[in-house]
Amino acid sequence: MRLRVEARQAPSPMLNALVPALSVFATFLASGVLFAIMGYPAGRALYAFFVAPLVTMNGWSELALKAGPLAMIAAGLATGFRAGIWNIGAQGQLTMGAVAGGGVALALPDAQGAWVMPLVCSCGIAGGMAWGAVPALLRTRLGVNEILTSLMLTYVATLLLAALVFGPWKDPEGYSLPQSRMFSDSATLAPIFARARLTAGTVIEFLVPVALWFAMRHALVGFSIRTAGAAPAAAGYAGFGEQRVVWIVLMAGSGLAGLAGIFEAAGPIGQLIPQITPGYGFTAIIVAFLGRLNPLGIIPAALLMALSYIGGDTAQVSLGIPNGAAGVVQGLLLLFPLSADFLARNRVRVVA
Amino acid sequence: MDPQANAPRLELRGLTRRFGAAVANQSVNLVVQPGEIHALPGENGAGKSTLVKMVYGVLRPDEGEILWQGKRLAAHDPRIARKIGIGMVFQHFSLFDAMTVLENVALGLDTPGPMPELAARIREVSAAYGLPLDPAREVHTLSVGERQRIEIVRCLLQSPRLLIMDEPTSVLTPGEVEALFETLRRLAAQGCSILYISHKLDEILALCQTATVLRAGRVVGTCDPRRETAASLARMMMGGDGARPTRNAPPPRGRHRLVLDAMNLAAGTPHGVDLRGVTLEVRAGEIFGIAGIAGNGQTELFAAISGERLAASPNHVLIDELPCGRLGAARRRALGLCSVPEQRNGHAAVPIFSLSDNALLTGYRRANLVRNGIIRPGAARRFAERIIDSYRVRCTGPADAAATLSGGNLQKFILGREVLQNPGVLVVSQPTWGVDAGAGAQIHQALLSLAEQGAAVLVISQDLDELMALSHRLSVLHVGKLSAPHATGELTAAEIGLLMGGASAEPTDIVAHAA
Amino acid sequence: MNGGILIAALVSATTGATPLVLAAVGETVSERSGVLNLGVEGMMLAGAVGAFATTAVTGSDLLGIFVGGAAGAALAALFALVTLTLAANQVASGLAVTIFGTGLSSLLGAGFVGRRAIPLAHVHIPLLSDLPILGPLLLRYDPLVYFSVAITAFVAWALAHTRAGLILRAVGENDDSAHALGHNVIRVRYLAVLFGGAMSGLAGAYLSLAATPMWVEGLTAGRGWIALALVVFGAWRPWRVFAGAYLFGGISVLQLFLQGAGFVLVPTQVLAMIPYLATILVLVVISSGGARRRLQAPGSLGNPFRAAR
Repeated sequence: MRLRVEARQAPSPMLNALVPALSVFATFLASGVLFAIMGYPAGRALYAFFVAPLVTMNGWSELALKAGPLAMIAAGLATGFRAGIWNIGAQGQLTMGAVAGGGVALALPDAQGAWVMPLVCSCGIAGGMAWGAVPALLRTRLGVNEILTSLMLTYVATLLLAALVFGPWKDPEGYSLPQSRMFSDSATLAPIFARARLTAGTVIEFLVPVALWFAMRHALVGFSIRTAGAAPAAAGYAGFGEQRVVWIVLMAGSGLAGLAGIFEAAGPIGQLIPQITPGYGFTAIIVAFLGRLNPLGIIPAALLMALSYIGGDTAQVSLGIPNGAAGVVQGLLLLFPLSADFLARNRVRVVA
Repeated sequence: MDPQANAPRLELRGLTRRFGAAVANQSVNLVVQPGEIHALPGENGAGKSTLVKMVYGVLRPDEGEILWQGKRLAAHDPRIARKIGIGMVFQHFSLFDAMTVLENVALGLDTPGPMPELAARIREVSAAYGLPLDPAREVHTLSVGERQRIEIVRCLLQSPRLLIMDEPTSVLTPGEVEALFETLRRLAAQGCSILYISHKLDEILALCQTATVLRAGRVVGTCDPRRETAASLARMMMGGDGARPTRNAPPPRGRHRLVLDAMNLAAGTPHGVDLRGVTLEVRAGEIFGIAGIAGNGQTELFAAISGERLAASPNHVLIDELPCGRLGAARRRALGLCSVPEQRNGHAAVPIFSLSDNALLTGYRRANLVRNGIIRPGAARRFAERIIDSYRVRCTGPADAAATLSGGNLQKFILGREVLQNPGVLVVSQPTWGVDAGAGAQIHQALLSLAEQGAAVLVISQDLDELMALSHRLSVLHVGKLSAPHATGELTAAEIGLLMGGASAEPTDIVAHAA
Repeated sequence: MNGGILIAALVSATTGATPLVLAAVGETVSERSGVLNLGVEGMMLAGAVGAFATTAVTGSDLLGIFVGGAAGAALAALFALVTLTLAANQVASGLAVTIFGTGLSSLLGAGFVGRRAIPLAHVHIPLLSDLPILGPLLLRYDPLVYFSVAITAFVAWALAHTRAGLILRAVGENDDSAHALGHNVIRVRYLAVLFGGAMSGLAGAYLSLAATPMWVEGLTAGRGWIALALVVFGAWRPWRVFAGAYLFGGISVLQLFLQGAGFVLVPTQVLAMIPYLATILVLVVISSGGARRRLQAPGSLGNPFRAAR
């Protein structure tokens, strides 16, 4: 009795669609079991995690607020992953977006008018792109692996932000806390509903994945990216140069991460602090895979991931489950589709 | 008397091997005596590689048996092969560039023993057989010929009784070839048998005592090369001059649509071939054939013409007299040069993409499938449908993944995609390789029609029948150099076989213009 | 600055460097076999909490260290299953393991937060350990420090001089060739990854049992990522990785001293950037120019192995 594994000719579309649902279900089960083993009431824990946050309007608004940046960053990263280009530095690019845009905002404390916000955001995008340009340059000119360079730059960016808010950009009236001055009103994204914290930025964050989906599906540039990932030799044959694809996807991914960074800093936070997001740049990678690298699938995946963040808080407050539980759920949410992907790509038979 | 004392070293009886519907070897009988250097000549696709892989245990035969020193081999795999004394030097090496010669040899041996002693043995054996190697050198600093020595020494260190060599000299300089021959003669004199696969006729004549000629998977004859000529051997390989349909039409005299002018191109990979001084022109309405055994620079030549690799100067490649050597594939397509590479899956088409998407792959400009950067909805699908209808591609529809089509149907689709873009120049590599007869005939007809409409067609192929039937003029690619072109009607198959094998007249670099 | 402070600083540097050495040397083995395991941070945390919890409950240091290593290896086994057997993407899987491991250790360690343990006993060799300078500098550390030196030496020797090391390097250099020659690529990689995991687990155990003998969330504070950087900085060679660990361990100590002494010339964060920037520099250097071929990354690093049957 053996297991024989055969590669399928083309990934099974049915399984491809089922994988996310199966993964979520498997995550429920595994988390429930884990909570039970640790002595927490499994049912109530799962409820606190996955259901309680959805019961109030405020819960949904917070969900959207967290899911927005995840979705936008993940959509940008997914274009690169589809082409086999691994941008792991989104967290750093996000940080530099906040730094660049925030720096401009802090430099214009008295500026007023509708032109301020677009300027700040553009600088945010530019900051992210500048950070993404380094791995792009090193890869296209020297063949250096972008995984390592983008990852290293993430820590440099985080440290740079810390150096700035602990140092030259510290708010003199801030009681010596590591934070910058608050941005001026013109440089802050105002909430669009009275009682929620959603901003215009959030709306854009949800629209971007749709736009990217359209581009990947219907634009020639999206087609070139998909081809580069599916068959590099065919991409060369078609005239889609590898260097061009590398630059396009890295600029898209890092620019969007930078935009997400400035949206966070100029939106809910309103200033620069050492931790702009709780690691969204890394979580976005999980979201990208959970959404099967498809921008439309990424939106529900982002909502699910945001749910795990909020659920973690809820479970901590109501049941005393440590916040690490959120990390467990998120890790499982990634490991399951990665593993299940194997079934979509291969047929497993029991052979006598 | 011990019946095994007189037994041949190796005997194959009725060996048969299929890959799906294709038959690679059919009822092959072969006898190799101790100390004999035995050639296995044949065109590509004749079944030589498959046969020796079965001897070495990499593949299992579907029918027939292998006898070693008179005894039938029950189970067989490379480890058993090495143990009983069979060594094989593959065409593609299994080496580790960043590691030393010593380490590379050790990795290929089942029981290498202590390293210092192995190093001494390597020095000794390699010198003794005329292939000196320094165990401390790192492989990436070695030439291809020197790398081959590592593979050979790996085999020699295991005291082989049969050494199989698969196209060993395709990567060697003439001096290295001589050194190799010395080694092989020395081995043979010590009683080791050698099975020598090659298409190079002059080498076979110089080196081997017996030749078993394969064609289309079967043995078509056995002879003693010492008593043959290159021409007679070529005739056996190619099947005589007789039944080949030949294009006897005179070459057209229209304008030059594709010109290559003294193009040099370095090989892209360690196993590649440098193109040297390649010059050719193809006229409107002409089909120009390039013959040659695989591995003589066809891949590089195709990439140089299609634009996947750029030439050193714009003037090395001219399309309708426009210098385009520095333009990439997309720009050349815009100028009217379409191409069909030899590898269907992964190069000419993306296996997991639908036929519509594959139609888009090269047709986005010439078939007008894109507007303002956005793919026109339905346009790619309609183009794919046109291709499917015109070329009778057997499939469910444009949404089918390319991987689900049979080889012949996919090839028809790919060719149709290029032809329906109305190219001024079409370059095709191996147009009917692995394709059934019906599809092959359709493809040939399509090429003929395209030429009749005034396009210039360049066909690179290993199938001589095909080239003889299609081309007005013919040239042979050998180790990166292109021979002078001849009108097809003027050449016999045997003469072409000689050129392909590198024998006979020295290939010239000068194009003989039709008077 | 008197000699006493200098010695204290160097001893401090050793404390800082040892977990880096353990994790980085382990990851070096994994990467030399061609597997990029980004899960180091998660495996370190798993080892830290496993060791601390075990020691707190059983009172045995030795058992704690063992469990720490086993915890790291267990996470590594999960990573290996997903990336080697199921051929999933190594980068995403490594990140998943880090996030999972971080969360799991926080969960499991919840009951132990803030508890102080008795730090690992230091070695005391009669007479020698009491020597004036050499004593405190070299001979008064806890066993894991000496182990880190010994394992570095062992790995360096084994990679260069044993058949197992040769095969492992071959698999990392060119997995297709290794497979063609009959070596079991997947099995070699499994063993390498498990070794790397165990070492990361030991690094975590060192942190929670010796360096800062307590358990808090985020105990590793990004050391796992520095270890990853060190592997590249050391060009995948164990002794260079060791040297890099001490270099960066030393820099962190330097940071603290400068802060304490009131020098604010350079913000501490900028000093902390140095390992990462240095790694990028090393990458650039080895990708261009003469060092290129000699110091290359293992040829098949990060590529999943699919045997052509």
